Amino acid sequence: MNAHTLETQRGIRLRVLEGGASDAPPLISLHGLAGLLDDTTFLDLVAERHHVFAPELPGYGESRGEELLEDMLDFALHGWDVVEALGLGDRRPSLVGHSIGGMIAAEMACLAPSRLDGLVLLDPFGLWLNETPIPDVFALLPYEFGEYLFHDAQRAAVLLGGATDLADPEGLRQFVIDNARRLGTAGKILFPIPNRRLSKRLYRLSTQTLVVWAEHDRLIPPAYASRWQALLPQAQGVSVADAGHMLPYEQPRALADAVLAFLAAEHFVTST
Amino acid sequence: MTRFTWFNLMPWPYLPDDFRQTYRSVWVDIPNRLYDPVRGHALYHQYMDQLEYADALGFDGIGVNEHHQNGYGLMPSPNIIAATLARRTSRAAICVIGNSIALYNPPIRVAEEFAMLDVISGGRLVAGFPVGTPMDTNFCYGQIPALTRDKYAEAHDLIRRAWAADEPFAFDGKYTQLRWVNCWPKPIQKPHPPIYIPGGGSIETYDFCLDHDYNYSYLSFYGYLAARGLMDAYWERVAARGKDASPHRAAFAQIIAVADTDADAERLYSEHILYFFNRCLHVAPAFLDPPGYRTVNTIKATSLRRLQRQHQREFPEATWSELVDGGMVIAGSPDTVRQRMEELIKTLRVGHVFCLLHTGNQTDEKTRHNSRLFAKEVMPRLRHLWPDWDDDDRWWIHPLDDRISAELPHEMVGQR
Repeated sequence: MNAHTLETQRGIRLRVLEGGASDAPPLISLHGLAGLLDDTTFLDLVAERHHVFAPELPGYGESRGEELLEDMLDFALHGWDVVEALGLGDRRPSLVGHSIGGMIAAEMACLAPSRLDGLVLLDPFGLWLNETPIPDVFALLPYEFGEYLFHDAQRAAVLLGGATDLADPEGLRQFVIDNARRLGTAGKILFPIPNRRLSKRLYRLSTQTLVVWAEHDRLIPPAYASRWQALLPQAQGVSVADAGHMLPYEQPRALADAVLAFLAAEHFVTST
Repeated sequence: MTRFTWFNLMPWPYLPDDFRQTYRSVWVDIPNRLYDPVRGHALYHQYMDQLEYADALGFDGIGVNEHHQNGYGLMPSPNIIAATLARRTSRAAICVIGNSIALYNPPIRVAEEFAMLDVISGGRLVAGFPVGTPMDTNFCYGQIPALTRDKYAEAHDLIRRAWAADEPFAFDGKYTQLRWVNCWPKPIQKPHPPIYIPGGGSIETYDFCLDHDYNYSYLSFYGYLAARGLMDAYWERVAARGKDASPHRAAFAQIIAVADTDADAERLYSEHILYFFNRCLHVAPAFLDPPGYRTVNTIKATSLRRLQRQHQREFPEATWSELVDGGMVIAGSPDTVRQRMEELIKTLRVGHVFCLLHTGNQTDEKTRHNSRLFAKEVMPRLRHLWPDWDDDDRWWIHPLDDRISAELPHEMVGQR
């Protein structure tokens, strides 16, 4: 993946990872709650068949301008601003959204369903079930994120920690500062309940859609997969074994296979 | 003249001995099965009687504040308590410190209720506008952390404009839209009741107070010695902004325990004050800082030890001598307390002290003893520590000369 900076019409400057052949069908991947981690295996695998763009939300990493995004419509329109800034011309991208990125992707699709070639939602936020409340991610201590996000605690330590050692005061401080920006931004659409009434807009979602759920998602339990399926009866559903909420990082190959198979079939159908 | 406000947090005095070991937090998710409304009935009346007693003792103000889902603060609506005080007292300022204005929807409600309190009390309201703790504001009342300050600023503008206007106006805010803003009633005090901003050291709050000439109130539970750095930074900011150094620009809260001798103070109050420090302040670290509430600059200046795994479930037992030596508690004979209070007032440069004379599960009898000794033996000797600023009443109430307080209906006199 190559990294470069993009500026949207609204004035947000963001980092974008890009990979794959420029004449391959475009695919935009929206990252999850934890941001774009260093491990790009999933994106690399998808880039074998697609021209992949992975924009970073403002408030995450080097991307700035989060103060310009305040509510769900801002986030969804920002998503389309990014699509326009990428200059894809008349080529319709596929959209893959993970976690908070899935919530944004679904909102984008509800706004303009015919401008997408396909939609893949990976353990998305956006719905709320009173009988299965999602843990309060805004009341987690730094060391607790790993156990909610990952199925494999060892993987959590390697990926989430990265250069950060939470036992080291300065590492901890950097984590808390980064987390304040990340979740401060995410909180505008997730706090206190991650439900901005997407369910009443999903009737518009005519894009061919795949809903993927990790078997061991402790953050958004698989009960939510059933709810998405009920609201999107035409969507396909896939479960990924041995993964938690961070499935693109825990099972990148199995996930890439499922996503590529869906999009290939989808592309075949729409081009006949 | 230096002013003293009698202040009570209204704690629940029946938290179990193993509270910290058994429950995650005294605030936000403390199960309300620990609250007994029948005991609560007697307790509210005891606490309100104490506030009225403080008025009779000659305290300049009586103070209430707002907390939600909190085992040491039983006033989700301080205005309800203040309303009873407005009617049953006629002299002391009624300091509501304050209403978390970002929580009221629409915030015009605060303009109206504060105006009611000012009018009922004959112009004795001190109006506090806290940004609010993350526990109250974000976790209990669901405000989005990263937008809390912005919403607060807008609510403040709405309330100030509503008090100032003589004609209805339209308010097109980001969080509140009202076609007809028209505050009935409006406050007696002009241009507005004294406004106090409780703060905890963020430079944004210093500047907000100085921009509007509001009182900056540091309501810490950790005493005057620990507050020195923060208050020094405030006064540096005052000087840098070219404002005068009137001590009445600032107030401070202090836990105080007066007895006939130093030894008596420990004997009488130690268990109650330790109840407060060792049970009431048990707030889950996860609720202290939702991402987005604090600015990056503030995080850089804060200790993050409590967020580390190895420091969870550490329940250090505060001891009396630590609390007294560290200045968290000013305790002792009237002479001892006077000497330390003078040190507090001079080193922090404050013209107003919120006196926490009821702490934890202190009994009514001891609270009255403490309050009486402070009012009679200590307070009079601290009045003129700022002779150059004795007449500065810019941050104090301006009540009507001719004002009314409640009298019991004639038939009922003698029946109580």
